[in-house]
Amino acid sequence: MELCSFLTLDSFITDPLTHDFMRKALLMSSLVAAVCGFLSSYLTLKGWALMGDAVSHSVMPGVVVAYALGLPFSLGAFIFGVGSVALIGFIKQKSRVKEDTVIGLVFTGFFALGIVLVSKIKSNIDLHSILFGSPLGISLSDVKQTILISLLVVILLSIFRKDLMLYCFDPRHAKTVGINVFFLHYLLLTCLSLAAVVGLQSVGIILVVAMLITPGATAYLLTDKFDNMTVISVLSAIISSLIGIYVSFWFDLETGGSIVLAQTFIFLFAFLFAPRYGIFKLKKLFAGYK
Amino acid sequence: METINYQNFRIEAENICVDYNGKVALYDANLRLKPGQICGLVGMNGAGKTTFFNALTGFVNISKGKIRINGESVRSAQKDQTIAYVPQNEGIDSQFPISVWDVVMMGRYGSMNIFRCPRESDVQAVKHAIERVDLTDHLSTPIGNLSGGQRKRTFLARAIAQRASILLLDEPFSGVDIRTEKLISELFIQFKNEGKTILLSTHDMIHVREFCDLVLLINKTVVAYGETSEVFTPENITTTFGGISPDFLFGPES
Repeated sequence: MELCSFLTLDSFITDPLTHDFMRKALLMSSLVAAVCGFLSSYLTLKGWALMGDAVSHSVMPGVVVAYALGLPFSLGAFIFGVGSVALIGFIKQKSRVKEDTVIGLVFTGFFALGIVLVSKIKSNIDLHSILFGSPLGISLSDVKQTILISLLVVILLSIFRKDLMLYCFDPRHAKTVGINVFFLHYLLLTCLSLAAVVGLQSVGIILVVAMLITPGATAYLLTDKFDNMTVISVLSAIISSLIGIYVSFWFDLETGGSIVLAQTFIFLFAFLFAPRYGIFKLKKLFAGYK
Repeated sequence: METINYQNFRIEAENICVDYNGKVALYDANLRLKPGQICGLVGMNGAGKTTFFNALTGFVNISKGKIRINGESVRSAQKDQTIAYVPQNEGIDSQFPISVWDVVMMGRYGSMNIFRCPRESDVQAVKHAIERVDLTDHLSTPIGNLSGGQRKRTFLARAIAQRASILLLDEPFSGVDIRTEKLISELFIQFKNEGKTILLSTHDMIHVREFCDLVLLINKTVVAYGETSEVFTPENITTTFGGISPDFLFGPES
């Protein structure tokens, strides 16, 4: 039955839109993708991929505790996200263990704590939806919270757009001309925690790091201008979300996984065919026909 | 442009110490520089040259001692855009997606509003700075597509656009072409005449003789400091480089 609908592209796109949950999922996932995509250019340039992984896993116990106490889950996630980074910094400074080891050690510890807490606090928390996301089952209060957090992150990133770029590029110069580098460091970290929280609704805790690094990496292969990189990153993130949700609807696949897979395919496409930095530099191929 | 009514020193560093997590990088270091002076900072790798720069810019905190910039604290020097730092080529990510224009504009960030919107005066300052380093043809070139020398000039232009009175340059002559080297040495003479103070680190002994009025030899602390003609002796250099003979450093003709 569903296969017949494929005959027209029109119905492929419009049929899902007749369902309320699908309209909501498409809208919310696009918003979340835009936020994560925006942040993504900073994280990839700063080399914070592992940090993104750490923070996004570490928010787990925060989400669980907040649910149990009836607090907004973003608050719990934020505290644990920033807390994990503080702890990483502290252990690194006070011991001889290397940084990547400390990062891996801390975030898996936090993540494990989250899983244990879920099993202990028998509430209405759905472990599956935290781990793998549930864009199709997003509740009204979650919608409000997601919109609020997304707006906050977008506003913060927009105001400090250039300062954050400078911070990623040359923090020493930023410091020398009197720009508060300490503030920028924690601003980026705060945005990272918040983006991880909204991102986990779309694709879940395990895959949210992909939302935070893949769009930026794709854009990095396609441009040499920072502003363009941000735009491409946001667009590729939104497009992957839409593709992921449609594909998961028609083929009955896990939605979070489909979104991330779509991002991965777009990255691979850029990796192979990017005009300047792709393996098969498209520019050269076209030049050959002239 | 600025009035100099303090004791006439641009940089005063008194007995400064810097340590990273208990590891001493620099101790009891002193330096006094006046407007128009060019000072060479010479030492081995790991002797504390970059640490010295970091202390002066406030990028690391000193654990002991005192630093005065134009008679004031490092913090207010930062606010007043007094110090410009020109990094080593290796010290920056050359693949960062940013153009020459945008890098030089970063020199103006400290005196812009919070959104860093360039005013007409900022645009003029950036244009002028790029002209002085002869990169007008490369305004929108990504820094990744520049040669080492062009990249060095981009960061020099940033320092010019900042209108700083003190320039700290980390290895300004390393990895640059002859044209850039000539342009930098001409700029140094202009900076000197404008009354700017320059502190530059270098491995190249010939450059020290050529440009530097003063020389600061360091090896975790100051080995010798003074007029280049008096202090830059084979004995002092040997001490600075841990016993390596200056013949080896200068080549056989010295």
